[in-house]
Amino acid sequence: MLTRSYQVNDEYFNFDNLRNENNRMNQLSEIKAVTRRIRSKLVEMSHKAGTPHLGSSLSCVDILAACYWRVLFIDPKAPNHETRDRFILSKGHACSALYAALAYRGFFPEITLDSFNQNGSSLAEQPSPNCVPGLELATGSLGHGLPVGIGMMLAGLILNCSYRVYVLMSDGECNEGSVWEAALFAPAHKLEKLVVIIDYNKWQATGRSNEITALAPLSEKWKAFGWSVYEVDGHDLEMLIQVLNQVPDGSGKPVAIIANTVKGKGVSFMEDDNNWHYRSPSAEELKRARQELGFST
Amino acid sequence: MRNAFADEMTKLAASDSRMILLSGDIGNRLFDRYKDSFPTRFLNCGVAEANMIGMASGMALSGLRPVVYTINAFATVRCLEQIRVDVCYHKAPVIIVGVGAGLSYASLGGTHHSLEDIAMLRALPGMTIVCPGDPIEVRLALRAAIKHDGPVFIRLGKKGEPNIHREIPPFVIGKGIVVRPGKEVCLLSTGHILPVALEAAEALERKGISAQVTSFHTVKPLDEALLTDIFSKFMVVATIEEHSILGGLGGSIAEWMVDQWTRGTRGIKGTQSAYFYRFGTADHFFHEAGDQTYAQAHFGLTAEHISKKIFELCATYSEKLMKL
Repeated sequence: MLTRSYQVNDEYFNFDNLRNENNRMNQLSEIKAVTRRIRSKLVEMSHKAGTPHLGSSLSCVDILAACYWRVLFIDPKAPNHETRDRFILSKGHACSALYAALAYRGFFPEITLDSFNQNGSSLAEQPSPNCVPGLELATGSLGHGLPVGIGMMLAGLILNCSYRVYVLMSDGECNEGSVWEAALFAPAHKLEKLVVIIDYNKWQATGRSNEITALAPLSEKWKAFGWSVYEVDGHDLEMLIQVLNQVPDGSGKPVAIIANTVKGKGVSFMEDDNNWHYRSPSAEELKRARQELGFST
Repeated sequence: MRNAFADEMTKLAASDSRMILLSGDIGNRLFDRYKDSFPTRFLNCGVAEANMIGMASGMALSGLRPVVYTINAFATVRCLEQIRVDVCYHKAPVIIVGVGAGLSYASLGGTHHSLEDIAMLRALPGMTIVCPGDPIEVRLALRAAIKHDGPVFIRLGKKGEPNIHREIPPFVIGKGIVVRPGKEVCLLSTGHILPVALEAAEALERKGISAQVTSFHTVKPLDEALLTDIFSKFMVVATIEEHSILGGLGGSIAEWMVDQWTRGTRGIKGTQSAYFYRFGTADHFFHEAGDQTYAQAHFGLTAEHISKKIFELCATYSEKLMKL
C-alpha cells in the first residue's frame, strides 16, 4: 500500500515515480489474488444480504482491481486529498465490488463489509454520499457519473490540480441520454485526462444490451463522438493496467475504454447467465463459488 | 432582472475565484463583460441541461462555486433528477438561476411557460428557493446564495422589470421584506410579479382598505416568524405568484397553516387567524398566443382582479367591512 504523504507540488505530479512505486508494491500475481478475494467476498455478501446485481459486480472486478491497485494516484490515508485521481462508479448497482475494493485497498476496515445492506449500516446496496472513505459519488440512478466526472475534471483544470478522472459505466447505462450529452461535451473541451470505462458485458437488466437498443458498434460510436477509444479484454489485468495508465494518451482527446467483459465472471455457473442480475446465491452455491475461486470453506 | 444578474455576477466573480458561470446556450451578448473579464470561468454547456447540472455538481464537489444559468423551464423541470441526485443528495453548493420564469415567456408557447418548477424543487431536501421581486433583489439574492453552503435556486423574470426598492433593503434568505406597509390586508408576493401586487395594494387603498405588500422572496425555507405574525395581525393574507396554485408559495403556506391548526396554535383552538387566499395560475396549460400581460390576465394575475377579489373577501369576512 502507498504510505507516502502527498504534496501539492512537482513531486506529486511526477507520475513515473508514483507508477514505479505502485508497480513495486503490487505485483500482478498479488493483484490477481486480490480479484479472487474480492469475487469470493461479493458472492458471500450477496448471499448474506440477499442482494441482486451480483453478475454486474463480478463483471467489473478486474477493472476495479487494475484501477485501485495499479492506476489511480490515491492514498487511503488521505482519501480526500485535493490532487487525488477521481474514480466514479457510475454503475452504482455494482457497488458491492467497489466497497470490497476500497476495503481491501485500506480505505476502511474489511469487517465493515459484513454490514452490507444491513438495517442502519453505512453500506447500502447503492452508495449514499460519503458513506465510506474513498467514495467519490453517490450513484444508483444511471447516467449521472460522466457529467459529474466532467465537472470534476473541469474543476481540476481551473484549480490547477492535475488529477485524472475515471468513470466506470455499464453498457446498459448507455441507454441514458445524459451519457450522450456528456459524450458530446467532453471532446469539445479536449479533456484528455478524462477516462470512460464501459463494462461491456452485453447484458442489461432484462435482456441483451444490443437487442434492446442499437448499442453496437460501441467503439465506433465513441470514436465518432471524438473520443480516443481502446477496446480491451476487461478481464486481462495486464492489458487493463497498460491502457488505463496511458492517460493522457497524447491524442488530446478524452479516452474511452470499451472493456469486453463477461457478466458473472469468475464463477462458472454465473458467467453470462443474466439470472444473476437478480438472484442471490444459496448457501450451496456460495460454497461452490468459493471453491472455484480457490477458497476451501 | 437578467441584466442585473449578469452585472452582479461579473462584480462578484472579480473577488471570488471559485465562481464559474455555466450557460445553457442562452444569453447572447448578455455575458460579454463577464466573458472578457473571466474567459476561463465561463462555459457554454450547449442545449444539454442534464449534463450541465451534473457538471456543476462535479465542480461544486471539487471546490468551485458554479452558477448555472438558462431558461427557467429547462434549468429546473427538464433536469429535475440531476438536481435531485447530483446536487441536493450531495448537498453540492450549486446555484441554479432560471430566467423567464412563470409567464415571462408567454408568447413562446407552453413549453416555455414555467409554472410548476417551485412545486417540484421545493420537495427536494436541502434546496433553497429564492424568487427576487425586483432587479435589486436579484443582486442581493445572488450575493446571499454565494455565501450559502448548499444548493440554491434563484427564479428570475426576464428583462425590464422596474426597481421597486428605493434603497438597498436588508436581505436575508428566508426573511421577507415589507415593501409597502398596511394594516388590514397583507399581500405576500414572490418573484417578479411584485409590481402587480403593489398596484393591487394601491387599488385597495383607493377602496379604503389598507394593504401591506411583502416581498416574500424565499419560498423555501418559509419565513415562519413572519407568517405567525401576519396571520394574527391581518384580516386577509393572500399570496401572489406567477406559478401554479399547486405547490408554490400559496401551497407552502397552506401546508404551514394546517400544521398550525394541528398544533392548536391558531384556528380552531388558537388565536384569531386571517383569511387566506392564493393567487396563482390555475391547474391547466395555457394554449393561446399572447404576451405576458395577456397570459397574466387569463389567470387573474392582474391588479384589478386581485384587488376586486380581496375586496370581496374583506366584505364577506370582516364585520367592519360588512357595515360599509
